[in-house]
Amino acid sequence: MRRNNGKKIRKTIGFVALTFCSLAAGLGLFWLIFILGDVLRQGFGALNVALFFQDPFPPGEEGGGLRHAFVGQLLITSTAVLIALPIGILGGTYLAEYGRGKRISHFLSILTDTFVSIPSIIVGTFIYALCVKPLGHFSAWAGSLALAIIMVPIISRTTETMLSLVPWTMREAAFALGAPYYKVIVQVVYRGALRGIFTGTLLSLARVAGETAPLLFTSFNNSFFSLKMGEAMASLTVSIYQYALGPYSDWHDKAWAASLIITATVLLLTIIGKIVLPGGKSKR
Amino acid sequence: MKRGRKEGIAERVFAASTLIAALAMPFVIAAIFYTLWQAAYPAMEKFSVGHFLISTDWDPVRDSFGALPNISGTLVITFLSLVFSLPLSLGIAIFVTEIAPNPLKGIVATAIDLLAAIPSVVYGMWGLFTLSPLMGSYIEPALKSIFAPLPVIGLLFEGTPRGLDILTASVILSIMLIPYAASITRESLLMAPSMVKEAAYSLGATKWEVIKGVALPHAKVGILSGIFLSLGRALGETMAVAFVLGNNHRIPTSLFSAASTITVTLANEFTEADKEIYLSSLFLLALILFVISFFSLIIAKFLLLKERER
Repeated sequence: MRRNNGKKIRKTIGFVALTFCSLAAGLGLFWLIFILGDVLRQGFGALNVALFFQDPFPPGEEGGGLRHAFVGQLLITSTAVLIALPIGILGGTYLAEYGRGKRISHFLSILTDTFVSIPSIIVGTFIYALCVKPLGHFSAWAGSLALAIIMVPIISRTTETMLSLVPWTMREAAFALGAPYYKVIVQVVYRGALRGIFTGTLLSLARVAGETAPLLFTSFNNSFFSLKMGEAMASLTVSIYQYALGPYSDWHDKAWAASLIITATVLLLTIIGKIVLPGGKSKR
Repeated sequence: MKRGRKEGIAERVFAASTLIAALAMPFVIAAIFYTLWQAAYPAMEKFSVGHFLISTDWDPVRDSFGALPNISGTLVITFLSLVFSLPLSLGIAIFVTEIAPNPLKGIVATAIDLLAAIPSVVYGMWGLFTLSPLMGSYIEPALKSIFAPLPVIGLLFEGTPRGLDILTASVILSIMLIPYAASITRESLLMAPSMVKEAAYSLGATKWEVIKGVALPHAKVGILSGIFLSLGRALGETMAVAFVLGNNHRIPTSLFSAASTITVTLANEFTEADKEIYLSSLFLLALILFVISFFSLIIAKFLLLKERER
C-alpha cells in the first residue's frame, strides 16, 4: 500500500514537472506569435506605396515615406557585405585549411566565436572614436564598417565549419594531380563548400540587417534622401527608433510599417539560411 | 620551372592573406580595447576608476560623472531577465528533446530560434507600444496589490506602476534571451547517452526522474555555458531596453523604478555629449561594459568547449 502511494507521488511530481516544461514551450511560442502578430497587424495597416517611393515630409505633416531610409539601409548593408565577405572567407580559410590542427587556429577560432556575441553598441562607440570623431562628421562608411566588423566573425566561423565538412580525400585527389594548395582551396574546396559559405553570408546579413545600436553614432540619421557615403545617412532601423519615440501618430505608423518590412526580411533570410544550410544544423 | 616559381609566389601570397584575415579578429578586439582606453583616459584621470565605479552622481552640467546608477541598472535588469528566462529556456529545451512528439520537435525548436531573429529595435518598439501599456495598467497594479502588503518583498513593489520601468524592460529582455540558453541546453541534453537513460527506465524510473537524474546532470556544463552566454547578451542589449526604461540616472529601488543601463545611456547621450569629459566618461562606461561582457562570453565559450571535449 505504502509502496503504491510512493509511486503515485513520484508520478504526480513527474506530471507536474513535465507540465511545466510544456507550458514553458507554450509560453515561448505565445511570445513569438504575440510579437509577430502585433508587428504584422500594426505594420500591415500602415503599409502603402508612398512608404517606398517618397521621402519624408517635414515633421508633423502627414504623408511622405521612408524612401531615404530604405535606400540608406540597402547601401550601408551591402557595403558592409562587400567589406566583410572577403575578410570573413579568407579568415575562415586559414582556420580550416592552413591553420588546421594548429594551436593558433584553435585560439583564433575561440576568439572569433566570442566576438559574435559582443555588444554591438561597443562596436558603434569604437568606430565613433576611430572614424567619426577624427573626421568631425558622421558617415555611411563608418556605419558600413561597424556592421562589417559584426559580420566578419559570423562569416569566418561558418566558412571554417563548411570547409572542414569537405572531405579530405577530395583535396588529396587534387594534390595528386600536382595542384598547389591555393588552387586546391579555390577550385576544389570552395566549390564544395559554396552552399555553406553562401548560407553563412545570408545568416550574417540577417544578423546585421536588424542592428540599430552600431549605426546610432556612425551613419547616424538623415531626414533627406542621400546617396553620399561620406555623409550621415538614414537607415530603417535608426528611423524606427527615431519615429517610434517621436510625438506624431503618423510617425508611429511608419515605424510599425518599417518594423514589419525589416522583421519580414530578417526572418526570411534566417529561414532560407536554415533550409539551405547543409546538415540543417544551426551554428553558434 | 618558371611556372613552378610563379605558383610558389601565388601560394605564399594566398596563404599570407588568409593568415592576415584570420588575425583581423584579435586585432580588432585589441584595437577596441586600446581605442576605448585612450578615449576614456581623461575620465579615468579626473575621477579615477574606483571613484567612477561607486559614485552615484551623473550630472553633465557640473561635469560630475559616476557609473553606479548605470552599472546597478544593468546588473539588476540582467539579473531579473536571467531569472525570468532561464527556467523557461530549460523547460523549452526539455520539452523539445524529451516530451514533444517527433513532428512537433523541429517546429517548436525552429520557432523558438526565430525569437532570436527578431531585430532588437522591433522588440523595443513592441515593448513601448504594446507590452508597456499592458504592464502599466493591468499586470503591475495586480502584482502591487498582491505583494505590496507583504513585509520586505513589498518594498520591491513600491511606487506607481507606469509600465516604463525595470520590470517591463526585464520581461522584454527575458523573451529575447530565451532562444540562446534554450538552444545550447537542447544540444547538451541530446548528448546524454541513451543507454544510460534506457537503463534508468528499466529500473522503473519515471520520465521526469530520467530527465532529472540522467539527462540534466549530463547537460550541466552546457546549461552553465548557456547562462553565461545569456549574461553576456543581456549585459549588452541596447535597443530592446532603451524604449521602456525611462532613462533615469538613479539607483533603482523598486521593480517599478525608471532606471538606466550602460547601453541605454550610451545610446541616448553619446551624440549629445558636448564636452570632452562628458564624452570620455561615456567611453569609460563602454570600456567597462566591453570588459564585463567579453569575460562572461569567454567563460561561456570555455565551458562549452569543456563539455564538448568529453
